Amino acid sequence: MKVVVLGVGNTLLTDEAIGVRAVEALQQRYRLPPEVNVIDGGTAGMELLESLEDLDQLVIVDCVRVGQPPATVIRRIDDEVPAFFRTKISPHQIGISDVLAALTLRERFPQRLALIGIQPKDLDTGIELTPEVAATIPEVLALVVEELARVGVKVVEKA
Amino acid sequence: MSKRVTIDPVTRIEGHLRVDVEVDGGKVKKAWSSGQMWRGVENILIGRDPRDAWAITQRICGVCTTVHAIASVRAVENALKLEIPVNAQYIRNLIMLAHAIHDHIVHFYHLSALDWVDVVSATKADPAKAASLAQSLSSWSGNSVQEFKKVQDKIKGFVASGQLGIFTNGYWGHPAMKLPPEVNLLAVVHYLQALEVQRYANKIVTVLGSKSPHIQNVAVGGVANPLALDSQSVLTVERLLAVKEWIDKLDDFVKNVYLVDVAAIGAFYADWTTHGRGIVDYLSVPDVPLDGKGTQFAMPGGHIANGDVSTFKAIKTFDDKYFADGVSEAVKHSWYDYSSGNDKSLHPYKGETTPKYTDFQDDGKYSWLKSPSFYGKPMQVGPLANVLTMFAAGHEPTKKYATAALDLVSNIAKTKVGIDALHSTIGRHAARAVRCAVVQDELVKQWDLLLANMGKGDLKTFNKPVFPKGEQMGVGFHEAPRGVLSHWVVIQDGKIKNYQCVVPSTWNAAPRNEKDAPGAYEACLVGNPIADPEKPLEVLRTVHSFDPCIACAIHVIDEEHTEIVKVKAA
Repeated sequence: MKVVVLGVGNTLLTDEAIGVRAVEALQQRYRLPPEVNVIDGGTAGMELLESLEDLDQLVIVDCVRVGQPPATVIRRIDDEVPAFFRTKISPHQIGISDVLAALTLRERFPQRLALIGIQPKDLDTGIELTPEVAATIPEVLALVVEELARVGVKVVEKA
Repeated sequence: MSKRVTIDPVTRIEGHLRVDVEVDGGKVKKAWSSGQMWRGVENILIGRDPRDAWAITQRICGVCTTVHAIASVRAVENALKLEIPVNAQYIRNLIMLAHAIHDHIVHFYHLSALDWVDVVSATKADPAKAASLAQSLSSWSGNSVQEFKKVQDKIKGFVASGQLGIFTNGYWGHPAMKLPPEVNLLAVVHYLQALEVQRYANKIVTVLGSKSPHIQNVAVGGVANPLALDSQSVLTVERLLAVKEWIDKLDDFVKNVYLVDVAAIGAFYADWTTHGRGIVDYLSVPDVPLDGKGTQFAMPGGHIANGDVSTFKAIKTFDDKYFADGVSEAVKHSWYDYSSGNDKSLHPYKGETTPKYTDFQDDGKYSWLKSPSFYGKPMQVGPLANVLTMFAAGHEPTKKYATAALDLVSNIAKTKVGIDALHSTIGRHAARAVRCAVVQDELVKQWDLLLANMGKGDLKTFNKPVFPKGEQMGVGFHEAPRGVLSHWVVIQDGKIKNYQCVVPSTWNAAPRNEKDAPGAYEACLVGNPIADPEKPLEVLRTVHSFDPCIACAIHVIDEEHTEIVKVKAA
């Protein structure tokens, strides 16, 4: 079993950091089995390719703009995810969508895929999350834990 | 009748760049380059501990993490006049060089080759002919007929199912696409192999930098890698031997595939040696320091005026006044306001980052990028500047690979192609490949130097910094994959008082400066042919040849838009 929980986002742009901050919290609050690899992907692209090859499951946590009120948390699964990343008009072109496409080309795409997305409130320059978005972390982590359970990975909250 | 074409955003780059061109008679007459994101990261740093700046600045951008970390610690060390252990230089050099190889390979194959290579045409190639062409050019083991056939079948499958994925944005069948199907197939095969090979460069960065994509081992004063000849959990000879294996795998690909492909593709696009000349004032800095102080470098750098290599003036040390005094930034055409007025440029130590947004004004302010100058003139930076300055400095490996690449182009094109051809759009790709081969050789040398020094019993990697009272100023420069990167820091009583990053893409993608002189993209686009204003592939070719990276990298995914890029021809 090989599972990755990947947090992405720019930690200098306020709520853009939510993906990174959420996976940091995951590591702090939960005891994770060795088959789960947690990656702070920042805004990286192709550098992530190797860590994401041949996974049983990939869970991506990212800031998303889906026309919902700030701090709304959404979940997309499997086929919905690459389509989601492909249609974006993000200025960050060579990020996750290209890595997913490269995994397809190399026939090393994850068996299961989930995206946990959080609608931002503020994207100005700054290294702290807004309180509203910071408050979504327990909900985000609960969804991550649920996704891990989907492939039979059990995690325990630290005492 | 002139036509205005707006590309917003330019795709397959990091960050948000808008390019406008005025087209008349099938050619670009005038161009504007506009950074569409505000990067106020410098303001975050004010008041912080200078020892933390590198970790914050490496988050500016997803592509350029390590380069900002390196420039930042160099700036603080320069301010403190702090010498670092030579092992720390070697380890940093290995990381920088491996990162550069990764960047150059990914840029050529994955971010720009599809401007020149038609994937759909590759499905029509004769795989045997394509393989035999590839074998006639190089001894690379991945050039077998079986491999070519396998890749072609795979691509046919993707095309048939409409799942082009990574290839979706290509201008297939565009009149400016000139490669025969066999050469297209050759490039696509190597595109896929490059995905495999880039991983080795990344592994080197990960092992030496303790983590990827964001390295963790850099520190003001050296590196945080404890060295040991045998102990676990530190950088041991055993782990360094694994690094050497990856270095060797990269070597084979860089010299037998990348350099050869650029020459072969370049030979078919010989007309592009006459487009994209633009600014031929070049700036590059020396890098790969060989001593703790930064007074000797394996790769030279300096300034070249008017495209004439005989004007070369060297930048010699980390304390070089000629470099430090020459840089300034203007905001006459940028969405910022200087407290002293916008008609004069400011030295980075005095730099200000106060936003002042107006609309896009052709003759006024139109970009979030500032406009840097070197002694009042806009410069072109990047691998072409680097290769030309190293060539001018008499750097033997550069001369060797530049000559080899130009000879190969001449053989394929059956006409003599000289170094002047490098002042062009396709020349920037060739220069990048030449630089990559030079960097590759240097990577091997730095590995040898580190091992030899450890063998002498020197395992020191860190000198503790001491922050005195009062004010210190320092600059850290680095010849990054996209060109000259400099960080400028003012420290007051141990805290950051001012911080400015002058990044390569600011030099190249700059708007007009305080004297209304255009930036490198703007100048290089003038004269470019445009076959179809609705599909301005030629503009992308020239802009992509710089490897743009508008270092601000916002990363919001947007479900509401389905349009990938807006091209407006009016």
